[in-house]
Amino acid sequence: MDTLIAQLQRQFRDYTISLYHQGFLDDQFTELKKLQDECSPDFVAEVVTLFFEDCEKLISNMARALDQTGNVDFKLVGSSVHQLKGSSSSVGAKRVKGLCVTLKECCDSQNFEGCVRCLQQVDIEYKTLKAKLQDLFNLEQQIVQAGGRIPQVDI
Amino acid sequence: MALGGFSSELHVLAVDDSFVDRKVIERLLKISACKVTTVESGARALQYLGLDGPNGSSSALTILDKQDLKVNLIVTDYSMPGLTGYELLKKIKESSAFREIPVVIMSSENIQPRIEQCMIEGAEDFLLKPVKLADVKRLKELIMRVGEAKEGLTKSSSPKRILQNDIDSSPSSSSSSSSSQDVSSLDDDTPSSKRMKLEPKSS
Repeated sequence: MDTLIAQLQRQFRDYTISLYHQGFLDDQFTELKKLQDECSPDFVAEVVTLFFEDCEKLISNMARALDQTGNVDFKLVGSSVHQLKGSSSSVGAKRVKGLCVTLKECCDSQNFEGCVRCLQQVDIEYKTLKAKLQDLFNLEQQIVQAGGRIPQVDI
Repeated sequence: MALGGFSSELHVLAVDDSFVDRKVIERLLKISACKVTTVESGARALQYLGLDGPNGSSSALTILDKQDLKVNLIVTDYSMPGLTGYELLKKIKESSAFREIPVVIMSSENIQPRIEQCMIEGAEDFLLKPVKLADVKRLKELIMRVGEAKEGLTKSSSPKRILQNDIDSSPSSSSSSSSSQDVSSLDDDTPSSKRMKLEPKSS
């Protein structure tokens, strides 16, 4: 007979594991969790929020640069994607980071179509991750509200 | 362990143009019982140190303030707009007031010539991003040993005296703004994985 807390905890565990197994997150995300404690209980949420703001800003910059038909500043796109790659790496956003690598390659070879396609994928990917992490944080909240502890998940 | 200028905690100046990375490095350092100041550029770092020009500091820090906020370690990203981490490193090493401060370079790119260039210019270490807790722990131990050597405290025993126990126990009892987390109780990855020195790396 499973209590609500146990059910939620299992859901949380399973969901977390799936995010890693499906390649959304890598071990840097685990590293971030190590930095969260009673003194800094929302650290991970705060960092990923900053990351998603970064995504929005940088993707918008790149889209604008790519919009300048005939006069695309590939250097600007390159430096923006370098920044995005860096922050995605720092939070463990594995798929986003992978797409940034591809985008950087398109940019370096001044492949306009490739850049446009890739940028669209980056946009979709970060939004997908954002939704998934929101679900994960919601589960955490439900566990806490039900009076339970958030389980440590070993990947 | 009373080290002149160290008081109870290391004061680290962290330089990075990325919001995300500043937040992460700040937390990594605070959880390792360091006092942290973050700035977003090399220019701001020089300003903070009072090295920003022939006319002196424009940041209104008095000499007294500077001594209170004495920086024990500078950790800087390599690729930044404006002044790069390498250029910042050079400026620091050129200054008589600050050349003794260890400088660590961080980069997301494992480029051997870049690493060598920084080490030759006097960088204490080179960290590959993303930076992990184990990197910071190792860094802190390195800096404490460097600091001790400079204070002449190694004369009583062999030069390679490891102060693991001392380092882990004393800083965590310090109060102020940093968390009192005992780093030694956390599970760490192998610290050597991010050591970039001058070893050839096959990728």
